[in-house]
Amino acid sequence: MTNNTLYWTIWFAASLILSPLLPGIINKVKAFFAGRKGPSVLQLYYDLFKLLRKESIVSTTSGGVIRLAPAIILGTLLTAALFLPYGAKYSPFTFTGDVIFFFYLLGTSRVAMIFGALDTGSSFEGMGASREAHFAALAEAAIFAVIGFLALTTGHSETGMLSDTGFSDIRHLTSTLLCAAAFFLVLLVENCRVPADDPDTHLELTMIHEAMVLDYAGPDLAGIFYAGALKLWLFISFFVMFLIPAGSWEFGLYSAVFGAGVLLTTVAVGCVESCMARYRFLKVPQMLAGALCIALLAVFCLTFFEGGLK
Amino acid sequence: MNVQVEILMAFFLLSCLMLAACSRMLHCIRIVALQGLLLGLMPLAAAEHIHMHQIGAAFLNISLKAVLLPLLLKAAMHKAQVKRELEPLVGYAASLLIVLGGMFISFWLGRKLNLPENAGALRLAVPVAFSVVLTGLFIIMARKKAITQVIGFLTFENGIALFGSAMMIECGLAVELGILLDVFVLVFIMGIAVMRINSAFEHIDSDKLNLLEEQTHGAAK
Repeated sequence: MTNNTLYWTIWFAASLILSPLLPGIINKVKAFFAGRKGPSVLQLYYDLFKLLRKESIVSTTSGGVIRLAPAIILGTLLTAALFLPYGAKYSPFTFTGDVIFFFYLLGTSRVAMIFGALDTGSSFEGMGASREAHFAALAEAAIFAVIGFLALTTGHSETGMLSDTGFSDIRHLTSTLLCAAAFFLVLLVENCRVPADDPDTHLELTMIHEAMVLDYAGPDLAGIFYAGALKLWLFISFFVMFLIPAGSWEFGLYSAVFGAGVLLTTVAVGCVESCMARYRFLKVPQMLAGALCIALLAVFCLTFFEGGLK
Repeated sequence: MNVQVEILMAFFLLSCLMLAACSRMLHCIRIVALQGLLLGLMPLAAAEHIHMHQIGAAFLNISLKAVLLPLLLKAAMHKAQVKRELEPLVGYAASLLIVLGGMFISFWLGRKLNLPENAGALRLAVPVAFSVVLTGLFIIMARKKAITQVIGFLTFENGIALFGSAMMIECGLAVELGILLDVFVLVFIMGIAVMRINSAFEHIDSDKLNLLEEQTHGAAK
């Protein structure tokens, strides 16, 4: 086992263990803004343990897809986690073009979630599923514009390209900033955070993600919660890895910077969530169109003024 | 290369897109104020040695464009009791795409123009300034209300001032101050006009001012 693989394994394991912390941190930030004490940062761990000890009950109207859905969601997200280049140049599992595979794994988990929601026969879950499909289709355009930007700056298409970007090349500063802004908007939408969807709401008419998971119970629900936290972790680490400048980092220093980056981004998500109201559904596609425009602007900036293709 | 200038440029571009997508009058005014602030900081960020007159210009720019004019617009908005929601002639998503198209053209133009670079960091100045100018023109065309047209004009002027301050034209300060005075007077007059139009016609929808002519015709008959 080379050093790179060892470092990667350490961070991969850490990501599996630490990801349920992120929703806790966001909730703590929101509580701070509201002047409350708020639940413990570890709350999601407690919830997960509680749910794992319970039994799983499935609605009698469902045709069985709902039993498979949590396993598929969790499985695809765990597979996607294998491809991020934690603390190393490349993930050991990398292959050409795996960044597209990475985002389509996330897409597969979403399809499983939508089928699971439709399977219950509940009209609220159907509404949630329809909204999720709608916004995800629009978010994909912005994601691919960001991927296009990354591929243009680095000249290759593995997820390892994340370790080659960031503020290393001062010529790319403006476009990198723009691209980061676009990806942050996508991050908020994809993880059902506030301007797009409110994770705290319990009015079925306005829920997206929460509406889709109403019928899960026990270990299944634990799987869904964990998958949500893991997805947030994947997006935030993608964002942080993108911003960290390329270079030969000491493992310890890299870990510190990466950890601080993840923490800061999570706090930023919490701040956005505390300061903004949820957009009405009409405005979410506009927000995604904005993200697409910003990402395309970054590409223009790069191709016309910052040296263009490597 | 100058890091601060590049960051300011990125914020300028973002502010243009936000202005195109923004659906509330108050937010529009805030975005224009933000542009004024960015513009005021630009000469400080671009200069290698900061002189007294640069600080003076920055102070004047910020206090006028980021504080005074937005306050004036806000007051006009409240006095005229404008509806807070904009009534765009072009939808927000379409506006975003059109502004993006304008930015594409300005980046392409900026590439073609090949202006002499007196300071390395300012190569982005031309395309960004063009983008801001085009956004301003687009806002003037695509939004109905008189106040949004003032906002569009202010954005347009911000683009021109950005071009001037980022190219660091010699004796730019005098020109700047002249333009600033023009804009101040214009916004002042527009502010008064908006209130007058409002008190006379109970709306400030500039689209409906076209009807004035027909009405006088009708009266003549």
